[in-house]
Amino acid sequence: MSAGSGTGAFTTVMDDGVAVVSFDLPDESVNKFTRAVRAEFAALLAGLQADAAVRALVIISGKPDIFVAGADIDEFVAARTAEDAARLSRVGQQLLDQVATSPKPVVAAIHGACLGGGLELVLACHYRVASDDPRTVLGAPEVKLGLLPGAGGCNRLPPVVGLRAALDLILTGRNVRPNRAIKMGLVDELVPRAILRDVAVAAARRLADAPLRRRPRGGAAGWFFDRTALGQAIVLRRARSMTAKQTAGHYPAPLAALDVIRYSLASGQVLGLPYEAERFGEMAMTDVSRRLVEVFFATTALKKDPGVPPPAPAPRPVARLGVLGAGFMGSGIAAVAAAQAGVPVRLKDADLPRVGGGLKTVAGIVEERVRRRSISRREGAREMALVSGGTDFAGFRSADLVIEAVFEDLELKRQVLRELEAVARPGCVFASNTSTIPISRIAEASQRPDTVVGMHFFSPVHRMPLLEVVVGARTAPETTVTAVAFGRRLGKTVIVAQDRPGFFVNRILAPYINEAGRLLMEGVPIAAIDAAMTAWGFPVGPITLLDEVGLDVAAKAGHVMQEAFGDRLAEACNLGALVADGRLGRKNGRGFFLYRAGKKSDPDASVYGVLGATPAAPPVDAAPVAERLAFAMLNEAARALEEGVIAQPRDGDVGALFGIGFPAFRGGPFRTIDALGARTAVDTLSRLAETHGARFAPAASLLAQAERGGRFYPSHR
Amino acid sequence: MVGQNGRRVAIVAGCRTPFAKSGTVLKDISAVELARLATRELLARTEIEPAKVDQVVFGQVIPSVLAPNVAREVSLLPQFPKTVPAFSLNRACASSGQAVAEAYDQIALGQADVIVAGGTESLSDIPILHSRRFAELLVQASRARTLGKRLATLARTRPRDLVPVTPAIAEPSTGQTMGQSAEKMAKENGITRRAQDEFALRSHRLAAQGTADGRLTAEIAPVFVPPAYEPVTTDNGIRTDGTLEQLAALKPAFDRRYGSVTAGNASPLTDGASAVLVMSDEAARAAGYAPLAYVRSYAVAAVDPGGQLLMGPAYAVPRALERAGIAWKELGLVEMHEAFASQVLSNIQAFESDMWAREHLGRSGRVGEVNRDTLNVMGGSIAIGHPFGATGGRIVTTLANEMRRRDVQFGLVSVCAQGGMGFAMVLERR
Repeated sequence: MSAGSGTGAFTTVMDDGVAVVSFDLPDESVNKFTRAVRAEFAALLAGLQADAAVRALVIISGKPDIFVAGADIDEFVAARTAEDAARLSRVGQQLLDQVATSPKPVVAAIHGACLGGGLELVLACHYRVASDDPRTVLGAPEVKLGLLPGAGGCNRLPPVVGLRAALDLILTGRNVRPNRAIKMGLVDELVPRAILRDVAVAAARRLADAPLRRRPRGGAAGWFFDRTALGQAIVLRRARSMTAKQTAGHYPAPLAALDVIRYSLASGQVLGLPYEAERFGEMAMTDVSRRLVEVFFATTALKKDPGVPPPAPAPRPVARLGVLGAGFMGSGIAAVAAAQAGVPVRLKDADLPRVGGGLKTVAGIVEERVRRRSISRREGAREMALVSGGTDFAGFRSADLVIEAVFEDLELKRQVLRELEAVARPGCVFASNTSTIPISRIAEASQRPDTVVGMHFFSPVHRMPLLEVVVGARTAPETTVTAVAFGRRLGKTVIVAQDRPGFFVNRILAPYINEAGRLLMEGVPIAAIDAAMTAWGFPVGPITLLDEVGLDVAAKAGHVMQEAFGDRLAEACNLGALVADGRLGRKNGRGFFLYRAGKKSDPDASVYGVLGATPAAPPVDAAPVAERLAFAMLNEAARALEEGVIAQPRDGDVGALFGIGFPAFRGGPFRTIDALGARTAVDTLSRLAETHGARFAPAASLLAQAERGGRFYPSHR
Repeated sequence: MVGQNGRRVAIVAGCRTPFAKSGTVLKDISAVELARLATRELLARTEIEPAKVDQVVFGQVIPSVLAPNVAREVSLLPQFPKTVPAFSLNRACASSGQAVAEAYDQIALGQADVIVAGGTESLSDIPILHSRRFAELLVQASRARTLGKRLATLARTRPRDLVPVTPAIAEPSTGQTMGQSAEKMAKENGITRRAQDEFALRSHRLAAQGTADGRLTAEIAPVFVPPAYEPVTTDNGIRTDGTLEQLAALKPAFDRRYGSVTAGNASPLTDGASAVLVMSDEAARAAGYAPLAYVRSYAVAAVDPGGQLLMGPAYAVPRALERAGIAWKELGLVEMHEAFASQVLSNIQAFESDMWAREHLGRSGRVGEVNRDTLNVMGGSIAIGHPFGATGGRIVTTLANEMRRRDVQFGLVSVCAQGGMGFAMVLERR
């Protein structure tokens, strides 16, 4: 029997008194609660409640590996006021109340992603059975969009899993896998996928016969912290202070969620639900949430972008990967390729001890994941087995893609390219992992320059989420799409940049780093510079970043940028002198900071002497420091876009967010400028140019926007 | 020559891990892992499309209790699709020779086009067994329903039940160890201590030369040993500076008073693996390979283990030559597995003896005269080492490569094996 009209998202089959409702939204890869779906679901529930033949319900998904991915984001993005958004929240709550208060028991049969609104749906059910499949994940990712669970999640999760586990899920937005879910009591049973439906139906029948009694979990300490007023108060206070520290005043949603949870615990769901809706409405209207949602849409769109203008050719399949250079970058790429893409990787370096060193690095990366239990020992062994190495081109003749990660030297890169082309199969893509050398210069050495492209990874490769694919003058679209597609298989967020010095990420980083050096030379203490930018929202300040990147690498890159762009990107502080002083940054434990047992400690005061700077006594006013640093970067981003380094602002924003940790709540450089308004940006830059020099002269596109009232993104509200 | 029974079968390439004396550099790498490492390198070096491999056949003499079908573990390397069937076999020390023969048979008969054949052994990682009684108590205890009963069962353990049982390299049928058999052969065939020591010295010198000039090294897949991942690239049993005096000073190992077999003139216990890519001629050529050599024939034989245990080759070789349709004198290179110098010399004695041929083979004259200049030209198992399951693959690879270098038309592989067995294979260059 089939119920409902409209979307046709639900199919109901009777199984001896149990109505099995299958959710399968047509023409969509995921199930989500749109307006139409909600209406249909409500009508379906009402019909089944009225049907005397139905004793209990089971809700299951008809999608292969998705239960319910959540609410429809487009819908609340369209909300214009907090009241509109709160209304959406209440509508969701009422729908799920219909489930929760159903006199006939409702059982959720969960396989695949059960996130956001999906999690709230199963929380409203009376019993939850999940598949033990690795594809099954549960979570409340709302805070990642600057929101809070608004369809009853903040109210219903704590009673189900206990306060501490609920806070962990809601405040971090992290996903949990099946065995964690059963341990915390989020699901009642974990079964193989093949019997998921049958077990859920049996449970529904059982619940129809007799009400369920759940035993409290977690022992005495669990009872105290999760279920008593005093224990809860202690947990909430600790959670608030930790969250306040972590969000540094930039992200209001986790704190709002804490408010809702506390209120719900104190006053009950009858009052808690309306309060949840109210705070949801408030959060949906914050700039932070808007930016985070925009970032979400941008990365989602980027995942579908082939990387070249239409008509985009199909990417070439990459079944085997070669990596030239078994250093830290090369072996990092190899490890990620084995783990994420599952392709056999061959490493090559000049001698076997270096190859062994590379394999050791790969093993370290694999073993760390085994230790953290993100993969099993067997999976780790499989990944290791995919990576082999040698000193000759064995394994490279059949490679579909070869990534070079040799020393940053044009002649050397050209030489390895020539050597490779002598043996490689026709059509093999050669990707250079250079960060400073123009791809087109490297490609000059090629017999097949159309197959040469840049794949600029960030270090450490296994942690950094961004990949810049760099298109040289003669790179064929097929080569670009192949690099982009493979980058995605590596789990990276991929942006495409044209072959201008620094590409995009290092291009906007250069004036920022330079300005930090200038501030340092002007007497601003290291700690004050870094503090100004972490307060602005960066995860680390520019000086710490220099130590992480390596002062030798930064000096070299700075030199390249100065050569290409002249005075505007001239280095202000003599990194070369620090390198000569034996300071390479974190990698050798000596840099701007002191390192004790591999851990960064205080700034190293002797740096000032080496550079000939005199630090001013604190306190230093952070605002002008942050302004100079931020605007140096924002202005350069605008220039890079003008030059066509990136195809659209979206790519630059995502690149800055994932490549250098640009504050997510600001949405990226272009979103930041749009939020300020071009007029304000130009005024600030003009003022900075007058005081500090012509390098701050506003980019032409900003001037034009200020004049005509333009923006980088269309205004959508 | 096209196999009498079907298609022509090519030896395309082979490689092996370094052979390391057991208990040394490779001791922490299991035999399964060694086999996978050798195969992975073979795949990389030949650039063969792994999906084209029809079958994986591996030999191992003392399999792991946990992974008894080592070949399947090899074909489950992530480089392969999961759909490559595999089987493991045991013809004692001729196991990987037999794996190559198996590949030859299947390809010749049209059952397969591409086979990875090899062998592996880790004598650092042999299964040590519990006594029968202790094993029984453990099984009973695991079936006990209560903790009390379980403890009560285990309490019946006697100290002597805990003495582990180590597999010995001895004939189950006669109880004689290999060494004792080699000693017996030396005595019965009149192989002197000096002749054995000279032969051992020759093995080391030639192996050292083959390593120094890169011919042996070229066949070796470097193994990067965790946790430091330092590369191991050469066999560690080869002595570059050994002398006859040093060898003469060693005490006999199996017969202290009248013996002549020593640790110096016998092959050491060794860890290692080998892998050989065997293809039908058509498939090899279609894929653009220039085969090193072709299999022309092979033969196996067995003798009474209670007699001269390691004389199998003396029977298998003439049979293989006969099947190949060639005479001994046409062989340009001969590779004999050196379990013991006394065994090699005993077999050579038999090959060269008219009387032996008449008595044991019913032939009118001897099998042939062994030209020392073309025998084991890069040394043999005494110097290089002898991981039981892997040796055949090593010998086939070494022979095929050297046949190509010297452009020799016919080459012979001869391996003696436990149980009185002998294995022989004739390769041809064109």
